[in-house]
Amino acid sequence: MKLVKQNIEQKDGTGTATLLPEEPEDMWHAYNLIRPTDLLRATAIRRVQNESASTGSTFSQRVQTTLTLRVTSLDFDPQAGQLHVSGKVAAENKYVKQGQYHTLDLELQRPFTLEKEGGWDSIALGVLKESLDQSARAELWAVVMQEGLANVCLITGHQTILRQRIEMSIPKKRAGASSSDHEKGSARFFSTLLDTVLRQMGLSPPTSSTADPKPLLLASPGFTATTFQSYIKTQAVQRGDKTLSSLVPKIIVAHAASAHLHSLAEVLASPAVTAKLADTRFARETALMDRFYALLRADDGRAWYGPREVERAVDRGAVGRGGGVLLISDALFRAQNVGVRRRWVRLVDRVREVEGGEVRVLSSMHESGRRLEGLGGVAAILTFPIEDVEEEEGVEGEGEGVEENLNGRVEEREVREMVI
Amino acid sequence: MAHRRVKDIDYDEDDLADYSEDEYGEEQEELSPEDKVQKQVAELVDNKEQMRIGTINVREALGAGHPADDAAIQEALWHYYYDIGKVVTYLKNQHRPQQTKKAKQESKFDKAATSAAAQAPTKATKASYFFKNVSWFNVPSEMSGQILVESLYPPLRLLGGSASGSGKPSKLAALAAARKKKEAEQKAAADQAADTESGKTTSGAASLLERLGGRPARTAPGLENQPPREQGKMAEPSTLKTFPIRKRKSPSPPPAPKRRPSSPKPSSPATQTQMETKQELRANPSIFASAMCGNTRPSLEYGVKPRFQQNFHTILFGDSDPYAKSNPFAGPSPDDVVAQAQAKGSKKQTTSQKDSKAVNGVANGVSNINLDEPAPSSKVKSKNLDVLAEYEKSDRKNAASFVVIGHVDHGKSTLMGRLLHDLKVVDQRTLDKYRKEANSIGKSSFAFAWVMDSTSEERERGVTVDIAMNHFETDKTRFTILDAPGHRDFIPNMIAGASQADFAVLVIDAGTNSFESGLKGQTKEHALLVRSMGVQRVVVAVNKMDSAGWSEDRFVEIKQQMTAFLTTAGFQAKNLAFVPCAGLTGENVVAPAPEPAAWYKDAEKFNGETLIQALEAYEPAKAAITQPLRMTISDVFRGGVTNPLSVSGKIDAGSLQVGDSVLAAPSGETASIKGIEIEDEGADWAVAGQIVTLHLVDIDPVHLRTGDVLCSPQKPIRNVRSFTTKILAFEHVLPMQVDVHRGRLHVPGRITQLVASLDKGSGVVTKKKPKVVQPGTVARVTIELDAAVPLEVPGRVVLRANGATVAAGLLEQVHQ
Repeated sequence: MKLVKQNIEQKDGTGTATLLPEEPEDMWHAYNLIRPTDLLRATAIRRVQNESASTGSTFSQRVQTTLTLRVTSLDFDPQAGQLHVSGKVAAENKYVKQGQYHTLDLELQRPFTLEKEGGWDSIALGVLKESLDQSARAELWAVVMQEGLANVCLITGHQTILRQRIEMSIPKKRAGASSSDHEKGSARFFSTLLDTVLRQMGLSPPTSSTADPKPLLLASPGFTATTFQSYIKTQAVQRGDKTLSSLVPKIIVAHAASAHLHSLAEVLASPAVTAKLADTRFARETALMDRFYALLRADDGRAWYGPREVERAVDRGAVGRGGGVLLISDALFRAQNVGVRRRWVRLVDRVREVEGGEVRVLSSMHESGRRLEGLGGVAAILTFPIEDVEEEEGVEGEGEGVEENLNGRVEEREVREMVI
Repeated sequence: MAHRRVKDIDYDEDDLADYSEDEYGEEQEELSPEDKVQKQVAELVDNKEQMRIGTINVREALGAGHPADDAAIQEALWHYYYDIGKVVTYLKNQHRPQQTKKAKQESKFDKAATSAAAQAPTKATKASYFFKNVSWFNVPSEMSGQILVESLYPPLRLLGGSASGSGKPSKLAALAAARKKKEAEQKAAADQAADTESGKTTSGAASLLERLGGRPARTAPGLENQPPREQGKMAEPSTLKTFPIRKRKSPSPPPAPKRRPSSPKPSSPATQTQMETKQELRANPSIFASAMCGNTRPSLEYGVKPRFQQNFHTILFGDSDPYAKSNPFAGPSPDDVVAQAQAKGSKKQTTSQKDSKAVNGVANGVSNINLDEPAPSSKVKSKNLDVLAEYEKSDRKNAASFVVIGHVDHGKSTLMGRLLHDLKVVDQRTLDKYRKEANSIGKSSFAFAWVMDSTSEERERGVTVDIAMNHFETDKTRFTILDAPGHRDFIPNMIAGASQADFAVLVIDAGTNSFESGLKGQTKEHALLVRSMGVQRVVVAVNKMDSAGWSEDRFVEIKQQMTAFLTTAGFQAKNLAFVPCAGLTGENVVAPAPEPAAWYKDAEKFNGETLIQALEAYEPAKAAITQPLRMTISDVFRGGVTNPLSVSGKIDAGSLQVGDSVLAAPSGETASIKGIEIEDEGADWAVAGQIVTLHLVDIDPVHLRTGDVLCSPQKPIRNVRSFTTKILAFEHVLPMQVDVHRGRLHVPGRITQLVASLDKGSGVVTKKKPKVVQPGTVARVTIELDAAVPLEVPGRVVLRANGATVAAGLLEQVHQ
């Protein structure tokens, strides 16, 4: 993203920024920047209906105009990299009246101007800064696979985008029968998978680009990835395809526990991958989450998760200098409710400025962020153990009543003999 | 079949008489002449009365003017055991040529009679009908005697075809029946002629009695046709005389079956004398009953439970709880039978109407289709078998499937290859071929493993990747081997195999360090997995004993460690067996242990059994065959040119038969079963517990994936996205992403909530909403899945994350 113009007051955060998105990844940043109630100004195409004064007949025309919207909702399509922003028109012009609704499609190479409702907070400034950083442009394709199942995804600095899932029924080996059915099925699976990967990477013949292909990471349990790698090699030789041959040296093979998307976390943490992909953001995030989980397993009271627990820990000053880390998912800052957003921004600011701890905002589009979301979106590594956070929490929890009911129901039932 | 049953009884009851065809005569001679006479007279009086009533009824049914005389009617009555309907039909057939016109005039009446007759025998042929109102325990001896005679009317057709009347007999059976009928008709005609010649008006039965060597006339099949409430009366002493007796050669007329009753052993002299004294005390015990049951009459020996009856129902129904499962409503209800007959009749009518009124051709055509095919969508015709009854009747060996588990490279596949080779399931030539090929790529020791590892990838790498299934049979049991991969990456496949197994064989490398490293690795994980999937029994094969020099100390050491480990894992010590063996050389697998292992044969310490003997010790558990159908698909493949779409898997619950329609979940599409294969042999039906291959039609292959569930359309399984489960944690459990495994099915999901920690023993909540569940503890968690999959309470799931088994769970509640 390019910063075209900026007049943000350092003091109170008022002011505007004009930005120019250049690649699909920038849409993700825009999605994180633009919040409901913000003012967004961008060029738009709007269908305008006119009524002729004399006859009453109507005609409509599409006009290009610049609209200023008070944002009400956002819709991000990660697969296509498109962002649709809905809002009420905040500034009248000759085509639209104030208060009319419009949905803007933000487009690449078209600048937009953003003004924050309550001023630019630290998080928003952080995202802005990050989105302007041109150096972190690591991108790679990953295929997590096993026999009959593959997930083809694109991993960028801030997102893991599942581009295609391939599922195919491969006959299993059977006694007596020759294994040809199984082998035929595998060959069919590999050829479909290769075609898909090439198409997704933009390497298939019609659109074949001369540019260097991005690295391709193959991960699977067992030997499936290795077998697929050798399949690509033989295909490159057989077809005499230059683009395919140029892909071969870019292939990295790694181990994954399963073909499901969440095993990417394990893949990205493996030394084979981190060595090749240097210090990318997702690798850092994954490492951090692994550290958190390790502490949680150790159960020494230094790792806590969940909104209330973390806030309490921060109140006690446990997330401070000397190793305190606050892990927070960016999804929390996209909350519809301004109050909720402020709550998290305040927490982050406090840890960063008052307590002196480290804050990591994890992308909810990465596997590490997904793991964090499972823990309630926020977690903390403490500088000293706290044992009784939970006890203090008591019974005032919101969902408590409902759960009580559920528990009651379950317990009424006869306690079945457990496996051990 | 019947023969076998009686044989089985003999095993249990030594003093029980064992008859054979020719010895039977001897036994008769030993009876006192007075006895015989006395009995004959009694039976005759009884028969005469019944004969008289029967004759009148038949007369009525035939109507006046029928040429058959009393003698003929009585003869026929005797043959048909007083079944009026049958007699009428038979006589009509006899006299058809002369009086076709007359018969037509009275057609309405006749039709009613024949249709009534047609229904009666269908009832009688059903075992469940015959046994109706008969209690299984403390059955009076006279009743149990009748049960055996039931085999005179065997429901199964010998030459194929279905048992129930509605099914179509096989061609061979039809031919045989026709031939038999012809013979019988000839014979009956001859009998009739003889009777009329002698001019005896007493009764055909009497004349027959003489030819039968003065045996009582009344036989059980007559009772068979009586409605159930009359059977109740039979327990009364008055009917003691009408005791059934075994029939010799078939004097039975037409469609009487050819299956003959089993021949019991002659009773031992002691029993006979005893029996005779008792006959003096109590009048008229039947010869047959006293011979069969000895002195088991409850009135004579109070408090002694007749073991015979116990054995009898064990034979009939296996060890499973018989009374609950011998469903009296399994067959079509009498109402249904009537409805079916009516439907048939109306169908005929419509057809005839159609002929006459060509105007309504289209409408009639439609109605014909409806009547012809109950399930019009299906191209496959169902035989409408009563699968439960078939299952109870079927003469089956014990069947068991076992999964072979253990750490990678501990020799699972090789051991199983050796087993199959030694049992001659795999011939020497095939093995020589493998050996040569293995040698050529420098892996000579893998030759036996190649029996199980059939794909090229597995052979190249020398590692089992997927479950290999194979069958073999011993004298006692039919076994199915499920050879699981040992490598940790293929544990999903191992789970798929273990979910189909009845028990497990845990293979352990006795070599130095191998055992110890295995215990840290998959030996431990596999054992925990099979336990959490419900496997109770484990045979521990301590493999590669040759490399450990057949050392007793090593074996004992491993045995102690493994016993300790497995009992903590939840196995009962009595369900564990330890066998030292050597898979590569084949010692103590099928052949007994070699010389260096003499200590193993020492009866003081070890039982000396070979691996195969240890396998045979398995007692099969009962399967849930009366539940609605559930079958997890473990493979979808092309079964051949004629069967483009086949699936295989183990039936978890319920039963199925050819022609059934099944619902595939989660796709929700229905399919029809075109064919069933059990252990590579065709079958008409299958029940829970069996591993089957189904050939399906009327479904697109895209709707079937491995891990899907086939269920009955009437009681389908639900697809769920979220469920609550009680888990036993093997690792730390947090709210995290996991793979949920159930058999072949595995889907990504995440633990959304740790609901509560539970006490391991009592299941009481110890802590609500724990932060983390520690390994070895029990907790209740909620899991959300990425996609809806078929799951049911009480199912077992395995949760895995990052290539390790995190927890095993028992479903408590499914949401949505």
